[in-house]
Amino acid sequence: MANTRPKADVVIVGLGWAGSVMAEELTRAGLNVLAIERGAWRDTSTDFPPAVDPDELRWHTRRKLLQPMSVETTTFRNRSGQTAAPVRNWSAYQFGWNVGGAGTHWAGMSWRFTPWDFEVASQTADRYGASRLAGLRDDGLLLQDWGVTYQEMEADYDRFERIAGTSGKAGYLNGEKVPGGNVFEGMRKREYPTPPLKDTHWMSIYRETTQSMGYNPFTIPAGNISQAYVNPLGVTMGPCTYCGFCDFHGCGNFSKSSPQACVLPALMRRPNFTVLTETEVLHAVKHEDGKTVTGVNCVTRDGETFFQPADIVCITAYQMDNVRLMLLSQIGEQYDPATMRGTIGRNYNYQTCASVSGFFSGAKMNPFIGGGALGVQIDDFNGDNFDHSDLDFIGGAGIMGYSTNGRPIQNMNGLRPGHKRWGSDWKQAYARDYQEAANIFVQGTSMPTRGAYLSLDPNYKDRHGQPLLSLTFDWNENDRKMAAWTTQKATQTMQEAGGEAISSDNQAAESWNPYKQHSSHTIAGLEMGADPTTSALNPYLQSWDCHNVFSVGASAFPNNGGYNPTLTVGALAIRAARAIHQTYVNNPGPLVEA
Amino acid sequence: MNRREALFSLGAMVASTGVAASAKEMKGYPTHTALSADHLPKPRMGGALRVFTDETDRKTLHAVIDRLIPADAYGPSASEAGCLEFIDDQLAGDYGAGTALYLQKPLHPENEEAIMGAPQFLSTPRERYDSGLKALEAYAQATWGGAFHALSPDQIDEILTGLEAGTIDLGAGVNGQAFFELMLQNTREGYLADPIYGGNRDMAGWKMIGFPGARYDYRPYVERRGEALNLSPVSLIPND
Ligand SMILES: Cc1cc2nc3c(=O)[nH]c(=O)nc-3n(C[C@H](O)[C@H](O)[C@H](O)COP(=O)(O)OP(=O)(O)OC[C@H]3O[C@@H](n4cnc5c(N)ncnc54)[C@H](O)[C@@H]3O)c2cc1C
Ligand code: SF4
Repeated sequence: MANTRPKADVVIVGLGWAGSVMAEELTRAGLNVLAIERGAWRDTSTDFPPAVDPDELRWHTRRKLLQPMSVETTTFRNRSGQTAAPVRNWSAYQFGWNVGGAGTHWAGMSWRFTPWDFEVASQTADRYGASRLAGLRDDGLLLQDWGVTYQEMEADYDRFERIAGTSGKAGYLNGEKVPGGNVFEGMRKREYPTPPLKDTHWMSIYRETTQSMGYNPFTIPAGNISQAYVNPLGVTMGPCTYCGFCDFHGCGNFSKSSPQACVLPALMRRPNFTVLTETEVLHAVKHEDGKTVTGVNCVTRDGETFFQPADIVCITAYQMDNVRLMLLSQIGEQYDPATMRGTIGRNYNYQTCASVSGFFSGAKMNPFIGGGALGVQIDDFNGDNFDHSDLDFIGGAGIMGYSTNGRPIQNMNGLRPGHKRWGSDWKQAYARDYQEAANIFVQGTSMPTRGAYLSLDPNYKDRHGQPLLSLTFDWNENDRKMAAWTTQKATQTMQEAGGEAISSDNQAAESWNPYKQHSSHTIAGLEMGADPTTSALNPYLQSWDCHNVFSVGASAFPNNGGYNPTLTVGALAIRAARAIHQTYVNNPGPLVEA
Repeated sequence: MNRREALFSLGAMVASTGVAASAKEMKGYPTHTALSADHLPKPRMGGALRVFTDETDRKTLHAVIDRLIPADAYGPSASEAGCLEFIDDQLAGDYGAGTALYLQKPLHPENEEAIMGAPQFLSTPRERYDSGLKALEAYAQATWGGAFHALSPDQIDEILTGLEAGTIDLGAGVNGQAFFELMLQNTREGYLADPIYGGNRDMAGWKMIGFPGARYDYRPYVERRGEALNLSPVSLIPND
């Protein structure tokens, strides 16, 4: 390409959570890092200070910080054989597109996965017998371990929490179970950086109720920081004000963990770091040897194209675009469900969710007092924290009583069942129920299947004429049963709490489509693993096919835990970056022999 | 020279030399602190309606929204709260033009509706209001022999109920049920969004439910659990 920029040691494609954390590690190790970000530079004082942030219409309803479908969308179908249709309007998909990525406007629930989530295959066989695992596989579940264990991830989780300032209370600290924390969590070596957030009215009801039922409630670990904090990069954060304009909004208080609040102030000051904004990577360019790439082809906002050479390319463009960029760059082989050959696009899975609502006559829940990650959860029915011997599914769900927001447009249908959504009936019902409603969210595991995968769409293109990514997915029976079972537990809890007019919405009850769902957690497609025939990346997030390509995102998870993904994405980013600067640069080549 | 030095430069990066001039290159932490132009609040400016310039369209929409949100003991009607101006302003901007939407062909209406569980459109919200309001007027003329806006509240409620249930066919390529949802969504947005956008006059929608508006710090209140806090609402811009 005529336009060629000077070579960088490392190119980072997409400067969101994963990209900024990798860039921080790699620049600190002395490498020259160039990040290329499709979206614009956005920062606290210039883009979402308190004077513009508490605006539901603009940030939540119209999603002005998110990536519009006109920039890039995906197509969708439930199964092979159907013709996929493009997602034309806003949906469950919530892609970031600014410096900071979706990390700028996420909610902040900051979970470590359980040890079981990393080893579903082997731990299922160990606990329930090899025949149980074989049976699940016969049913079409593509269960496989991650090639890395929770214990191996602990230091990386810890590092990410320190950068993020995560608030919370340990429940399993250096071998001791600590009441009040999450006693089901994997063992931690340190307490959380900042203490847990305070309970709202609904949270305290939920906490007392679940406690009295014999469960183990705890405050959700949050990227909503509970007190002033200076992170290891020397960046200062302020306390969360429970403003209630959190997910989909930036934070005007420097209290939401984000690349802006935690990483960029330090990263941008490093002389060996540069970022190109409003510039999109079209694909990586393969070397003639077929084993490496030489750099990336890009297009600027004004349509100018250029080639950016690099020794290492890190694809951190979010789960969907990670997979798409690998396919557009022809790195690895497209997964084919008929033959089960190929690894790119394989194992797609999601987040199996349900919700239960109830109403408390005369209550003042004051729902406007909120935080994106503000809630109390029980993990008694998450992962493999309970005995599945007599159950016809594996996995489970975190069950939370939450106070994330009281945004009036978002909640306008939160009425006791039987009311109209318009007329005086709606006004009367909403005037009462806004204060009396309470909700439980059931956030469950998701297992990959043979028939769920990502590929390039044959019909639809983006604004640059490149094919859109296409998703083929529907719920599997295992996850449907899990959702039905955990939804019952949540309903019982709502009854016990004294909720009236209880209703539940089990999202797995009907076929999946992006307009019906609430979770943005799209998972897998470039899974990590120890076996190159069933994984796209090795346990260091390095491509099995091109050794100077690393990719980090939830695309690397072979299966999803009953948790939001980002802490695990951040920990994997640190793991990959450490492998690059500690090992790879000294001896470039595969870090694991295929 | 060892392999590491050969491959990796390990020093400050050379400034680029004029290639891809339109790539915005940033080094160092930006020092400017002024609000980005595209993140400045964009209040509705007073004055005439910009989209609903056709009198019949305007009257039809006025009649619809005041049945969706009538005046009663809980607060003013939609039009009294400024929802007509709100919808007009929204349709005049990016939202009305559908700039965020993926509007590329081909559209296979039946397949897309089957796959997505709801009808999909290549038309923008502004175009859908234009065709939808005209179809409503034609429906009123054909069915009741008079203008839509002149129908009685009960007659309008009957039409809205039928649209909501999908039992009224507006013909002319207009999906009545989807158009009902669009109007219902936008009208209630107008009632509940910040007054800066022209609706929710006197914060009537927020007062109806007890939402304190564009406040940003509830630390003094979080532990006053279950109390009636009676916080008066505030808007992003003072109304007077
Ligand atoms: C409203 C909302 C709430 C959420 N809440 C939670 C939560 O509570 N807890 C949790 O764990 N997770 C949550 N998430 C998810 C979380 O935001 C993501 O998991 C996380 O940001 C993923 O990090 P990432 O680095 O993989 O991607 P991102 O942070 O999205 O960054 C990817 C970046 O790559 C850029 N990019 C994409 N393609 C290209 C290209 N071709 N060229 C150049 N740049 C490109 C994008 O513009 C983007 O900036 C939430 C997400 C949203 C939207
Ligand atoms: S709830 Fe807390 S963390 Fe979230 S935006 Fe408001 S102040 Fe920031």
